[in-house]
Amino acid sequence: MATTTEATLARSSRVGAQPLLSVRNIAKSFGKNPVLRDISLEIAESEFLTILGESGSGKTTLLRIIAGFEDATSGEIWMEDQRLDVLPPYRRRVNTVFQHYALFPHLTVAENVGYGLRVAKLPKEEIANRVEQALAMVKMTAYARSKPAKISGGQQQRIALARALVNRPRLLLLDEPLSALDANLRRQMQVELKSLQREVGISFVFVTHDQEEAMVMSDRIALLRRGELEQIASPREIYGRPATAYTAQFIGHTNLLPGEVKGGVVRCHSLDWPVGLPDGPVLFSLRPESLRVVNSAAGSAGVNVVRFRARVCHQAFHGSTELLQVECADGLKLSIRTATRENWSGDLELEFSPQDAVAVRPSEERI
Amino acid sequence: MFSRAYRAAITVPPLVWVAVFLLVPYALLFCYSFWSVSVSQTIVHSWTLDNYRDLFRVNVYLQTLFRSMWIAARVMVFSLLLGYPLAYYLSFHAGARKELFYQLVIIPLWVSYLVRAYAWKTILGSDGVLNTLLQYVHVTQHPLDFLLYSPFAVVLTLTHIYTPFAFLPIYASLEHIPRNLVEASHDLGASPFQTFWRVILPLSIPGVLAGATFAFVLSLGDFLAPLLLGGPSGIMISNIVVSLFGAAYNWPLGAAISLCMLLLVLALIYLSESLEKKWSFR
Amino acid sequence: MSGGAQVKSRWLPWHAAAVFCFLYLPIVTLIVYSFNGSGVGGFPPRNLTLDWYRMLFADDAIWTSVLNSVLVAAAAMAISLTFGIPAALALDRADFPGKVLFRRLVLLPLILPGIITGLSLLMLFRAADMKLSLLTIVLGHGTALISVATTEVFAGLQKLDRAQEEASLDLGANYWQTFWRVTIPNLRLSIIGAALLIFTLSMDEIAVSFFLIGRDNTLPLEIWGRLRRGITPEINAISSIIFAFSLVAIVTWYRLRARAEGNAEGGAELVEAPVQGD
Repeated sequence: MATTTEATLARSSRVGAQPLLSVRNIAKSFGKNPVLRDISLEIAESEFLTILGESGSGKTTLLRIIAGFEDATSGEIWMEDQRLDVLPPYRRRVNTVFQHYALFPHLTVAENVGYGLRVAKLPKEEIANRVEQALAMVKMTAYARSKPAKISGGQQQRIALARALVNRPRLLLLDEPLSALDANLRRQMQVELKSLQREVGISFVFVTHDQEEAMVMSDRIALLRRGELEQIASPREIYGRPATAYTAQFIGHTNLLPGEVKGGVVRCHSLDWPVGLPDGPVLFSLRPESLRVVNSAAGSAGVNVVRFRARVCHQAFHGSTELLQVECADGLKLSIRTATRENWSGDLELEFSPQDAVAVRPSEERI
Repeated sequence: MFSRAYRAAITVPPLVWVAVFLLVPYALLFCYSFWSVSVSQTIVHSWTLDNYRDLFRVNVYLQTLFRSMWIAARVMVFSLLLGYPLAYYLSFHAGARKELFYQLVIIPLWVSYLVRAYAWKTILGSDGVLNTLLQYVHVTQHPLDFLLYSPFAVVLTLTHIYTPFAFLPIYASLEHIPRNLVEASHDLGASPFQTFWRVILPLSIPGVLAGATFAFVLSLGDFLAPLLLGGPSGIMISNIVVSLFGAAYNWPLGAAISLCMLLLVLALIYLSESLEKKWSFR
Repeated sequence: MSGGAQVKSRWLPWHAAAVFCFLYLPIVTLIVYSFNGSGVGGFPPRNLTLDWYRMLFADDAIWTSVLNSVLVAAAAMAISLTFGIPAALALDRADFPGKVLFRRLVLLPLILPGIITGLSLLMLFRAADMKLSLLTIVLGHGTALISVATTEVFAGLQKLDRAQEEASLDLGANYWQTFWRVTIPNLRLSIIGAALLIFTLSMDEIAVSFFLIGRDNTLPLEIWGRLRRGITPEINAISSIIFAFSLVAIVTWYRLRARAEGNAEGGAELVEAPVQGD
């Protein structure tokens, strides 16, 4: 899965050749049950990397291995020139924001934030100053003396963030930190978190199962599936150029078109268009918004489009758009995203550009 | 997440302590039961089965063991008969007074065992509270003498002591029954009694088993209540062990009897645990 | 609660009342007759007096034994907690050969008749040529009551969020700092509960002490000795005093726990609410 992307290239040229953290061939099994297989990835200085995956994909385990709460079965983790995976968690310059925050219930907000500095035996004044700054950064100064149980979920989240960042880690790990918040607060925190990351310039590794969240916040997304790295790329690239059928389906919504290439032309049901691919079976991903409804009166198809007719079976209103299910005469079913209109029905003339159909590797169902 | 050193630090000290102060003593108990006493009252460290032969040949040991089991069985049954309905009442019907009533069951546990046994003695004696009360209100002319120094007194006292022990696990298991199961049962047309019989009782069986085991095992090994209130007919197996370790000075025989008791207790715990597993549906 | 519809016969409350009478009859008798001028029996009680308490306060042997018992209980508590807390941690988070046997062995004294624990320890001390004294009782109680510390602390550990300790390690605290700053404070209710229970059980323990006693008596053994010589309301008096002390201890403990749990529950809600949303 050596998908070297433009984004990585651009970034590594910016910060120099050496990444901040490299995960090298990490594998992990619980007993005989493999949860991670041969994961390798690199995180650049001040990058926002999201590890995305369904539950059971191994994303949290990978995070816990980086933090030091789990030992990898094999593989290594390096932070610049230092091998990290042999160190206990408390020797790593990595801090974590836990899923349910894990604030210490017996300590006040300020004591929670100062915890790392206190165990590091910093001078009292410096602790006080840094705690104050950290609380100001997350706008929680007023709650310094409260116990964690007395503040709201969103506030707890900010404290967890301050408690981690006050230690000035090289890398911040966030384990689904927004999953406990309701939708509105969640969107607000996504923006805040992203701008905070830009402000402090620390690398973030953010774990989530929510692809939308991943798209909004990340510089790059690493998609995990059943313990394997499916694809790692920038949000635009992973959406526009998914490498596998699974990626295409997991990130956004897509139509999968199986076809057969013969002599530079692919044939897919009754559709065909020219491709630069070798002969053989092939699978295309075609985003619903890549399909356009054309006015029948608009004359014949251009050279670079595939045009066909289909009948509307189902219509779903999505606010700003409309999602239509259509069926061609040969039985091919497709989803289309269009502008909203009260009543789509009957036969439609549709077209798409061949470059929008992306060849993806099929993802077999393994058990 | 825990390093090897951390795990060693939490494991080794208790392991060593338990080995020295529990494992070694039990092993000694085992060894002693195969040794014997010489005429000059020293322990002979050569292996023999004589103690076990005596145990099965001398009637008084087996008889006393069976009597102890019979007393323990009665204590168990009475504790359950007192404890179960009480637990059911508290758990399902006591309403706001539940917590208070629960504390009221616990409080007697904080009063010394010995003191409570002694209190029964002052109640049951021939010029004790009960007899003088009965004479005072002219129910009887003469003191009832079966009250004290009898198996009855022992069973009564032990029941008093172990009823809270039987109550606690039963109450805990009743409290763990999700209330919507009861509602579901009613919704499906079961009468209150059917609901109790088919839903509540089966789900509380693990608590009943735990309570029963406590009551039986702890009364089986008791030696203070019989000594205080039992009289000659209320002697239990532990009293024999005590005398073998004291005046009679036959530790090996005492060890053999204790070991039998230990095995009996372990077998009962095993039985109760496997039944509990069968009856727990989580 | 969904009361009404369940089995609710009239006899249930009466049964409960009867059981409570049965449980409290000896305790009430005990207290009433501690003021009874004409001895431990006889109905109705007459000649109310404080003589027995006066006699008790002048009785040095009793107070010496009370002091002994307190010392034994405090020392036993220290031993049980010192080994019971790590034992609970070990059962929770370490794997080692013989773990199942270890668990059974630790918990055995909880269910085993005290006589067996007592006399097997007696054999140990005899084999080690140790003179019986308060020290042997301390060792006996300490060992037997590890079971109490372990069960209580283990139950507390089940409620402890593992992420708490991970967060501490993550923030740079080593295992030792994490143990003192996070693990112990999180377990403090279980530990205080265990300590109180161990203290009380040790104060009252007689079966194990019976075999390990040297020259100095603990309170229960002192009482036991007197019961064999003949009974006087002085024993009622000391028992009533102990009962009063126990009551104060229970009430304090429940107040303490209710307050702490009130705090803890606020936190628990905030932690659990998101879980449902997952």
